[in-house]
This record gives sequence, structure tokens and C-alpha cells, in this order.
Amino acid sequence: MLVLAGARKNNMDSLFFILSGISLAIGVVALLIGSLGLLRLPDVYSRIHAVGMIDTAGAGFIILGMLFYAGFSIASVKLAAIGIFLFFTSPIATDAVALVAHQNGVDPTPGTKLSIKPAKGAQKKSNARAAKAKATKAKATKAKAKAKASAKGKSSS
Amino acid sequence: MAENFASVMMVVAIVACCISMLMAIIRAGLGKTAFDRLLAVNAVGTVIIIGIALHGFILGRPEFIDISILYAVINFIGTFAVLKLFSTGTLGDGKGRAKANAGIGGGEKK
Repeated sequence: MLVLAGARKNNMDSLFFILSGISLAIGVVALLIGSLGLLRLPDVYSRIHAVGMIDTAGAGFIILGMLFYAGFSIASVKLAAIGIFLFFTSPIATDAVALVAHQNGVDPTPGTKLSIKPAKGAQKKSNARAAKAKATKAKATKAKAKAKASAKGKSSS
Repeated sequence: MAENFASVMMVVAIVACCISMLMAIIRAGLGKTAFDRLLAVNAVGTVIIIGIALHGFILGRPEFIDISILYAVINFIGTFAVLKLFSTGTLGDGKGRAKANAGIGGGEKK
């Protein structure tokens, strides 16, 4: 269906085509996971993680797949240049985004819930939930301490 | 046979690029802070780089890769330019409008 200029037809090359398809598939999976994370994660800092997935794993594997497909030609050299450039620059860019966001006072949300558009009271609710959990924990530890103390008292008496 | 597999995977990859770009654009619209939007635009740029290269391979004209090299460089420089505008209020051309734009990224810190 799709014919490439300069596609080769040796037995050895079918191996490279299969490798190309496999790495393209891995790259597609990484790309989709990364963009889903960019959409669904609750916070700038966690979204940076998803963008890192797109930039390194997705772009890297898809470019590797195209490299296998192209064989040894001028196109593959250019592809390798793109891959190396992206591999080194996109972590720098995301790191700078994190740095400037932190300098400008963007705080990570304390108790986060997965939703695209958080409701107005969502953060308060989650904070309340966290406080409740803390209180129950404190109660539990107190009860344990009491039980221990009583056990000690019994054993001593 | 194997070549067909690779070509079909390339079409699948370009469709995945489209879906991923759509999601990133939605995030750029919804994003709460300016940094969310910047991050989403950066992701769109990366996906476009891959998409242009894939498009060239599918059409059988790998010369499109030159365009995607240019796009990679512009994407990197653009992200840093916008970040510098957010953090300092000026693009580094001296006298600038630093005081007028002091609050652009949520307040300056010295």
C-alpha cells in the first residue's frame, strides 16, 4: 500500500522492518500514556512527569523506529540528530519549567484527586479528608498507648 | 510482509500523534496556571516534530525531516523565551518593561 523511495528487499532487511514496527509500537504506547497523563494529572509538577514521558520515551522510540526503517542514508543521520537534540534539550526545558513554577510560588496540591476539572470544593474536601485520617491515626496511636500503659500497669500490679 | 507491518505501524503512529496533540491542546485550554499551558504547548511541539517526520516517511519523501529539525530548535528556544518572560518580566533586552510587567508570572522575586 505504501511504497517508500529506496526501500530495500533483502532477507536481512525484513528483520529491520520488524524491529522498526516493534519500536514504533512502543513509542505509540508511550506517547498515548504521556498525553493521557498530561490531561489527567492534577498538578504542574506531576504533569511535567507526563511530558517527560512524551519527550523521551515516545519521541525516542518513534525516531528509533524510523531509523530502522530508513536504513543507512542521509535521512537516518538527520533523524539521529533530531533524536539526540530532543533527548538532551527537552529534560532541560521541563526542568526550567519546574524551576520557574517553584520560584513563582506554584505549590503542589496537598491532597489530590484525579479529575480533569476539579470541582470548586474538591480541594477543601480532600483537605478535610486528610485531617480526618490524621485524627483517626492519632486516636489509634493514643488507644494503643493506653492499652500498652494498662497492660504495663496490670503486669506491674 | 514485514515492510507492510512497519508501514502500517507508521500510520498508527501518526494517528496516535494526532490524538496526543488533541489531548495536549485540551490541557493548554484548561490549564490553571500559565506553566500548565506552557508545558502543553511544549508537548504539542514535540508531537508535531514526530508527526512531520512520520508524514515525510509515509509519503516517501524523507526531506521533510529538515523541517522537523528546525521545529525542534524553535520549540526549545521558544519555551525558554516564554519562561524568561515569566520569571523576569523582560526578554533580556536591557531597559525593557520590567516594572510594567512585574506581575506577569504571579509576582517577581528578587
